[in-house]
Amino acid sequence: MTAPRYTRLSGLEPLVLTPDLLFVNVGERTNVTGSAQFRKLIKEERYHDAVEVARQQVANGAQIIDVNMDEGLIDSEAAMTRFLNLIAAEPDIARVPVMVDSSKWSVIEAGLRCLQGKGIVNSISMKEGETAFLEQARKVQQYGAAAVVMAFDEVGQADTCARKVEICSRAYALLTEKLDFPPEDIIFDPNIFAIATGIEEHDNYAVDFIEATRELKKRFPLSHVSGGVSNVSFSFRGNNTVREAIHSVFLYHAIQAGMDMGIVNAGALMIYDDIPPELRERVEDVVLNRRPDATERLLEIAERFKAKKGEAVVETLAWREKPVQERLAHALVHGIDQFVVEDTEEARQLSSRPLDVIEGPLMDGMNVVGDLFGAGKMFLPQVVKSARVMKKAVAHLIPYIEEEKRRTGDAGKNNGTIVMATVKGDVHDIGKNIVGVVLRCNNFEVIDLGVMVPTQTILDAAREHKADIIGLSGLITPSLEEMSQVAREMQRQDFRIPLLIGGATTSRAHTALKIDPHYAAPTVWVKDASRAVGVAQSLLSKELVDAFMAKVRADYDEVRERHRNRGTGKPLVPLDTARGQRFRGDWANYDPPAPAQPGLHVFDDYDLAELRRYIDWSPFFNAWELAGRYPAILTDEVVGQQASELFADAQAMLDRIIAEKWLVARGVIGFWPAASIDDDIEVTTTEGKVRLHHLRQQADKPVERPDFCLGDFVAPKDSGKADWIGGFAVTAGIGIEEHVARFEAAHDDYSAILLKALADRLAEAFAERMHERVRREFWGYAPDESLDNDALVAERYRGIRPAPGYPACPDHTEKATLFALLDAPANAGMRLTEGFAMTPAAAVSGWYFAHPDSQYFVVGRINRDQVEDYAHRKGWTREEAERWLAPNLDYDPE
Amino acid sequence: MTTLPWLHPDRVARLEAALRERILILDGGMGTMLQGHRLDESAFRGERFADGHDSAHAHGHPGACDLKGNNDLLTLTQPEIIRGVHTAYLEAGADLVETNTFNSTRISQADYHLEHLAYELNRAGAALARSACDAMTSKTPDKPRFVIGVLGPTSRTASLSPDVNDPGFRNVTFEELAANYTESARGLIDGGADVIMVETIFDTLNAKAALFALSELFREIGARLPVMISGTITDRSGRTLSGQTAEAFYYSVQHARPLSVGLNCALGAADLRPHIQTLSRVADSYVSTHPNAGLPNAFGEYDETPEQMAAVIRGFAKDGLLNLVGGCCGTTPAHIRAIAEAVRDCAPRTLPAAGERAA
Repeated sequence: MTAPRYTRLSGLEPLVLTPDLLFVNVGERTNVTGSAQFRKLIKEERYHDAVEVARQQVANGAQIIDVNMDEGLIDSEAAMTRFLNLIAAEPDIARVPVMVDSSKWSVIEAGLRCLQGKGIVNSISMKEGETAFLEQARKVQQYGAAAVVMAFDEVGQADTCARKVEICSRAYALLTEKLDFPPEDIIFDPNIFAIATGIEEHDNYAVDFIEATRELKKRFPLSHVSGGVSNVSFSFRGNNTVREAIHSVFLYHAIQAGMDMGIVNAGALMIYDDIPPELRERVEDVVLNRRPDATERLLEIAERFKAKKGEAVVETLAWREKPVQERLAHALVHGIDQFVVEDTEEARQLSSRPLDVIEGPLMDGMNVVGDLFGAGKMFLPQVVKSARVMKKAVAHLIPYIEEEKRRTGDAGKNNGTIVMATVKGDVHDIGKNIVGVVLRCNNFEVIDLGVMVPTQTILDAAREHKADIIGLSGLITPSLEEMSQVAREMQRQDFRIPLLIGGATTSRAHTALKIDPHYAAPTVWVKDASRAVGVAQSLLSKELVDAFMAKVRADYDEVRERHRNRGTGKPLVPLDTARGQRFRGDWANYDPPAPAQPGLHVFDDYDLAELRRYIDWSPFFNAWELAGRYPAILTDEVVGQQASELFADAQAMLDRIIAEKWLVARGVIGFWPAASIDDDIEVTTTEGKVRLHHLRQQADKPVERPDFCLGDFVAPKDSGKADWIGGFAVTAGIGIEEHVARFEAAHDDYSAILLKALADRLAEAFAERMHERVRREFWGYAPDESLDNDALVAERYRGIRPAPGYPACPDHTEKATLFALLDAPANAGMRLTEGFAMTPAAAVSGWYFAHPDSQYFVVGRINRDQVEDYAHRKGWTREEAERWLAPNLDYDPE
Repeated sequence: MTTLPWLHPDRVARLEAALRERILILDGGMGTMLQGHRLDESAFRGERFADGHDSAHAHGHPGACDLKGNNDLLTLTQPEIIRGVHTAYLEAGADLVETNTFNSTRISQADYHLEHLAYELNRAGAALARSACDAMTSKTPDKPRFVIGVLGPTSRTASLSPDVNDPGFRNVTFEELAANYTESARGLIDGGADVIMVETIFDTLNAKAALFALSELFREIGARLPVMISGTITDRSGRTLSGQTAEAFYYSVQHARPLSVGLNCALGAADLRPHIQTLSRVADSYVSTHPNAGLPNAFGEYDETPEQMAAVIRGFAKDGLLNLVGGCCGTTPAHIRAIAEAVRDCAPRTLPAAGERAA
């Protein structure tokens, strides 16, 4: 077994420096000392753009990237750490090794502590003596890196060939004899200095380097020779054509002499043979120091070759020079829709059938996107942007495809057809839309029926489109029961296709217990969008489906088994016991405050700019499956870049939402005298008395910890104290449909989903702001409260605003009473669906409680005695109560 | 040359002699064996931790903490059970046993408010394995047994998690990890470990911090122990959790000049094969593997039988890929016995000769 001794580096992938590589390009643009543009980005902390520079370097062929943060005004250690952590989260950058470049050892060490791969230190030298040199070299070994050894000793930097060779030879001896530094991990940098400066002593610098290289490679064949190539042409800065010609000529000769690595602008190397002959000859004279007037002769013609366009343009649009298939793939993977229509048209003209464009380059590109996403290397916002590019390309092709179909009767093939819907009674669709986009990216035909879709409509559509799968989504708890109904109906109508279940309140347990038993064909809970493709592919693959379903069914059996044996959980206490342990508000010593401004207050067009300041951003990122808390998420190592991009897009859209009045925020609040009667609250209105119904915890708790019910926070009728309750209903979604439709018509799901997510955030912000004003002005029990947004988000204030359908009051049907009290349809333009979801979807409603000890809690599991009691109070049968309260039942209703 | 001498030169000599001669057998899963004892909270606590914290340690602890699941603590509270597991594996044919110290780092023990135990758990864990090995060696002196001091991955990752949905994602610095590993490794050495193994490496940067810590500690002591390194390919994509291929992983750790490099956990033997083949091709050191007993089923259990697993591993061995082999999650003494039997007549992988490397 022979293993030739090559330098073996790594990023996420290996880089072995075998002789057939000839020359290793080290990207130079992520260097603040060499690139004014990069320095500006780092100084202004525009790290996102700085990361793009690294990406371009790798895309342009850099096999290693050099990172240098040496600048007086930059905290170099911090900048090195931050930048390396950022690029570590970018697989298309992190796949290559990093060269940590600094003249300060502390910066190099900070960099080495961020590299999981084997990188290169640039550089160490003997300028501070042998001891320091060996100490640093030993550390380099301990951190697991290779090292650039600069031809620099106690005397100074080597300029002649003899000094270069002498210093490098001494360094080599020290490294391999005093330490056991591997020879293949030594990379000499014999110093590339500027030539053609007009100073005669400089004229031979390139020759000195080339000759030193030849000698060093002869003496130390396992080691390498590298250098910063752009130094050589420094005197021609401003004239990139001549500079690139000098680099090209210099490299041509240096590589022949054995130089096998160089720090270069990977995107801008001129091909030696492409240099105009006249220029090449005069450049060659300068580089090889062939005649004393070489510099003057090059200067004579240099002006003529001055480039017209800036190099930045060359770099960013270099991919535009590639063949059309590669351009399409690039646009898809990078989510650039700027050129997609013209590229698609070009590809169409080159294809025999328009469908070939989809099945060829476009699907190839989307497969790459799908693979990257599946491997966790791309994040949802990027995928949705890629899908936007895909949609635009497909939209351009569809007329041609239709034409083709008419002529030939040939239809395209896809991975399968999926009918998706948000079930009857529910209006939430952000998650469903994301799943749709991801599935489309993977070449599934998705028939999206929208929201509030009745069972029969779903089933009819499935038949009509010969669907392979049906997908159901829902956010509110009544949707769970609706999904169960759809499953029963599918069984009754003899459907055999798989059923997918998704949405925030769905769960594996619910699917296993309440949906799967009603439908014989595969019924699969899909945890989030990232799983959807894998599940759909497994279900439709003949090879995979049996194993996959065996696993799913085993999972469900286990859930059901656990459910049957859950008696091990703490038993509940009887309702009477729980009531005996209620929260007691010290009513004798507490005088509830009367609202400062009783009655109803209506807000027709609330200022969105004011609400913007109250936005809690963390849930916004979670809606996009980016995990983390705002603002830390913006600098998160894994998702920070995506989060920052998404946040910038969100801010830009918010600007337009506000400036162009895309959305109208409407709301209504009210306060009424109220008294509690056990678990109910009796509200007095001008038209009479209304009962609010609440549920009580039945957990077995120590005596000092109450079993809560919201009714406990209102003075009991028999306490003799006057008390009040408030209610609110607010929305920020009035007018949204028009804009969503506009985006969807433009095949821009990304913007449509973004808008919906922002409307949700504005509605939540509205509820938060309104609650603050209620505390300070309308109810006015905390007129002096002063909290910043973080404190608001953390709920550091007196009083609560629980929402029907949420843990403290899980019965959604109570929204009907709330909406009636507020006359929300007339006062706020808000309505309830038959499942008691609110429209517009970007809406919040709930109750206000002012008691200083009022708090949020989770009702949790309840027993049959409470269900019967509640049914009686609501005027329901027990079966009705069991249906609406299904998620809370601690028992299986028969 | 600055290479440090071995701390236990005779033991290293015996280990290297055995490695030249045959494929050595590692032990199998600890967790699987402990599950069989069905230990409850009070069993985990023992006397010293009866109140859910360390009665021998005056610390500002907020109160009791459940200790069930802290398998490493059993080294202190149920040493006979742990010794029993070691002995069972030695009797099944293991040449090397791994200490019960997978989570015995300050970071991981902090989950139980027991971070102060890091050194003690490692020292006691190594001493326990030492006594089990020595007892067995005294019965069969011609077959020496060795203690592998285990450094686990900790519960944090220093570079990144590719799983954006992982809410448990937490950062930790290289320096913190290095300090953790220094403390743990010191315990393992003081307890009498023959070899240190950095294992179940999800994130190579964590491993690099461990290797850095070991090199500093060896310098401080003035002597070194052989180091084994074992990474984890987390799924069939063929990458570590931090995104590296097996080959890139090896290049990232080769500077430690390990005794062996290998792969363990996450996958069964069959799925590990291509990556073991890669390591076997590129590694200058010995190659090890201790796979799981297949992939977990729906109940989180591993059901590859000893016969199935041994048959796959025999294929590895016959193709000359292996120097050390054992088992990880779901494996039992029966698996180890079957594996030992299956590779008995197979020659070990030969090391690429140093001379050829230098050519």
